[in-house]
Amino acid sequence: MVNKIEILVIGSGPAGLKASLGAAAQGAKVTLVERDPFLGGQLVKQTHMFFGSKEQYASERGFKIAEKLSREVEDHPKIRVLCNTAVLGCYENGVIALETKEKVVAIQPQAIILATGAQENTLMFPNCDLPGIYGAGAVQTLMNVYGVVPGCRVAMVGAGNIGVIVSYQLLQAGVGVPAIIEALPHIGAYHVHASKVRRMGVPIYTSHTVLAAHGDECLEGITFAEIDKDRQPVAGSEKELKVDVLCIAVGLTPLIEILFQAGCKMAFIPELGGHVPLRSDTLETSVSNIFVAGDASGIEEASAAMVEGSIAGLTAALNLGYGKESYQENLAAARRELAGLRSGPAGEKIRSGLARLARSEEVTY
Amino acid sequence: MRILKHPILTFAKGKKVTFLFNGTEIEGCEGEPIAAALHAAGIKILSYSRFHKRPRGFWCAIGNCSSCNMRVNGVPNVRTCVEPLRAGMVVETQRNKGIIGGEFGE
Repeated sequence: MVNKIEILVIGSGPAGLKASLGAAAQGAKVTLVERDPFLGGQLVKQTHMFFGSKEQYASERGFKIAEKLSREVEDHPKIRVLCNTAVLGCYENGVIALETKEKVVAIQPQAIILATGAQENTLMFPNCDLPGIYGAGAVQTLMNVYGVVPGCRVAMVGAGNIGVIVSYQLLQAGVGVPAIIEALPHIGAYHVHASKVRRMGVPIYTSHTVLAAHGDECLEGITFAEIDKDRQPVAGSEKELKVDVLCIAVGLTPLIEILFQAGCKMAFIPELGGHVPLRSDTLETSVSNIFVAGDASGIEEASAAMVEGSIAGLTAALNLGYGKESYQENLAAARRELAGLRSGPAGEKIRSGLARLARSEEVTY
Repeated sequence: MRILKHPILTFAKGKKVTFLFNGTEIEGCEGEPIAAALHAAGIKILSYSRFHKRPRGFWCAIGNCSSCNMRVNGVPNVRTCVEPLRAGMVVETQRNKGIIGGEFGE
């Protein structure tokens, strides 16, 4: 038996929480599914304070924002929350199979908002699979959610925001960070984050990369070296470092398998992190009533994910006939927020990615 | 190793329970992921790769990458980075693709 529902939101990170609230506020009935036992996605491990304006929870820490939004979602009479529930696949006629409470359930939503987020990229070098080498997000989860440190001395690869923020959080947890290694000639992280770790004495090696990891059964050390402008190692610049943890923070890839299954037109956009769906300016994909929001739509950050969630939620509700009166006003406000977040040099990558996406044709397989 | 003091966070921990890791009794906190409890006890090797038998540890911590798949209570391919720890669990390093009813297949 197929259960018919109004709006299905997949994923309860910043985008999914806001999408649920946005749609439910207009009167639509929302089912929010989350594969983890708790709501909040990756917000729950973010201990740093957010930037932006009051609407974007500036000066609040990520895990506090997660608590606040999760409570709003749980208390909302129009939202049904299913944790420990994984989407297994998308079938004909928009039927979605869920695994929940050890049962497989089929549902047929009138609209879907995909807010599945992203997964971490890996980096290839000899022994890159040794235990002790982690995604930066994994270290953040282990440390900030479960209170367990990954080891004693950590080398970080990547001086973007995640690499630098997680380095700082490692220091806060009492773990040594002898080096941050960045392949680009400059630090990608916001200045405020990078200067914090520099003040605490962590050297940031720009134009450097990891050549190899060493260790028998677990990581014991690494060799890293300077690279030239063609990204080739500079002879004689090799350095050895004894570390029991190597943390990889070299970007994320959107999790969009369900959109491929649903037949959405997709394009490969490097600036957005990989394959992303073609979509309208209200985040509706090429399949009507399937929306995307947050990192699944292109790698950005949590504040933008929240606004995208709101836009997708409002528009999905509108498609079902809810909230016609206030839609334009709400949409305009959200668009202003998003434009603000994407302005300036920090928004350059996302702006060029979105521009490329708008010009691109479908990539077919 | 567990974080005992943190400038921002406090960790609400479940009660102490014991479980078996490859036959050895280990202590962890109920409800935390199995792999977190193993990490706290200094155990980093969770599985071995299928063909080359290379050791595998924790990679993504969000149930995506299968690096942490282990046999738990006889069930293979349990994603231990997200599976909550319960008292008395029998946790084993996995060395193959996972065979249901594995006592005949390991």
